[in-house]
Amino acid sequence: MKRSGDFIFLLIGLLLVWQGLHWLAGDIALTSPAQTFAHLGKLLATARFWEHVTETARAFSFAVLISLIGGVGLGALLGINRTSGTVSEPILIALYSLPKVTLYPLVLLCFGLGISAKVAFGAMHGLIPVAIFTMKAIMQIKPVFWRTAHAMRLTPRQMAMTVALPAVLPEVMSGARLGFSLTLLGVLIGEMFASQRGLGFMITAAMGLGDIATIMAVAVFLSIFAVGSNALLLMVDRAAPR
Amino acid sequence: MITREGWIRFGVVAALVAAFEAACRFGFIPRTVVIAPTEMVVSLWRLIESGEYNDDILSTLRNVLASSLLAVGLGFMTGVLIHALPRLRAAIEPLLASYYAIPTFMFYPVFIVVFGVGDRAIIAIAVLLSIVAMITSTLTGLDRIPRVLRKTARIYRMNLPARALLIDLPAAAPYLFTGIKLSFAYAFIGVIASEFILSGAGIGYSIAYTYNNFNNRNMYGLMLLVILVATIANTALDMIDRRLQTRLRR
Repeated sequence: MKRSGDFIFLLIGLLLVWQGLHWLAGDIALTSPAQTFAHLGKLLATARFWEHVTETARAFSFAVLISLIGGVGLGALLGINRTSGTVSEPILIALYSLPKVTLYPLVLLCFGLGISAKVAFGAMHGLIPVAIFTMKAIMQIKPVFWRTAHAMRLTPRQMAMTVALPAVLPEVMSGARLGFSLTLLGVLIGEMFASQRGLGFMITAAMGLGDIATIMAVAVFLSIFAVGSNALLLMVDRAAPR
Repeated sequence: MITREGWIRFGVVAALVAAFEAACRFGFIPRTVVIAPTEMVVSLWRLIESGEYNDDILSTLRNVLASSLLAVGLGFMTGVLIHALPRLRAAIEPLLASYYAIPTFMFYPVFIVVFGVGDRAIIAIAVLLSIVAMITSTLTGLDRIPRVLRKTARIYRMNLPARALLIDLPAAAPYLFTGIKLSFAYAFIGVIASEFILSGAGIGYSIAYTYNNFNNRNMYGLMLLVILVATIANTALDMIDRRLQTRLRR
């Protein structure tokens, strides 16, 4: 109880800091929390806003599916063999810390303008961390587990379901959480550069108009969504039987 | 000393680049989409030789350096402060854990309005992106200082500055270095991405500019530059980091 109380205090503190910054920077630079939430309320009532949300959600769900399935698949493929794991790990880490925005023109030239470029860009951001986490999880399964499974004469299917899967699940879940957030970021950045629809486009359009209220409202909307789904995934992760 | 895995890794990368080169040369990939890797190298060489983009390159590197230094310094101080206040820490930790879920770039336009288009807005967003990695690393580092070292410090009757400098800092150093490594990587991403979205100078800006002008040759040269600089810097930091981590395990 005390902890959740502290958390509420922290949120109030953050809102106060925001309000303070608003007083410091003025109306044009930064809208106050009250104004932002009021504007967000107005936006939520319009059909146009929901069209943008649907567009982003569509691209995001494709991208997340590709990131998760592709990432787990690639990680499993590389992690199953010790040598392929050690060989590919630094390559994957180098790809992960690359500023992928740089490659945006390349993605556009390959996929053209539109939803496929957004999906590709989102998947580029999300797939690699999922693959890294999955690969490391598989490589770090204790050898004694395999020996036990052999001693019990488990079939490969049983081995996968009862030994490998439970052993890697926590790591894969944290990888999935990271992949989820990064895919969202990738899709949004993709929309900011080359799109006519979606929340990222809304922000770029508002940026051109100097419409700070809309920028802040969309940013707050996205932050609440991102933190909320992250908390949800964390809860699923904690509730999963070990 | 290169291990067997190192050679295989080198071979895999070389084979991929060679396959890419062949695909471009034999026309499987049209020249309007991607130019061949060797052409990229030639283009990059010409760019550097002509000095056409030197100001942009320097401006980006300067911003990356400034924002990683700021993020490391401020992040370290914030980390120490949060570590000293357990109640604040308990409240703030869930926020730190989900911080990277927030698309920070969405706030870049706000910084542009506050600071104007230029270096300060870019540095602000890069610091915002990279500071949390440093804060969490500082917290982990301070948590992992062995209790016995603190006791030793008390036996030697060290005062607080001496203990911090001679005991705490060296003991937490490997974790702090992980923070520095991550901060640098995130700062690099932050600077390039901000330059891409809206700015008047820098490598990111130049890539966007050459893209809009269909200047594929220069664009791929600059892209190669970013990839090389990022990969070399991150790999070097990663190697030092690994060495420190192994020493920790000993």
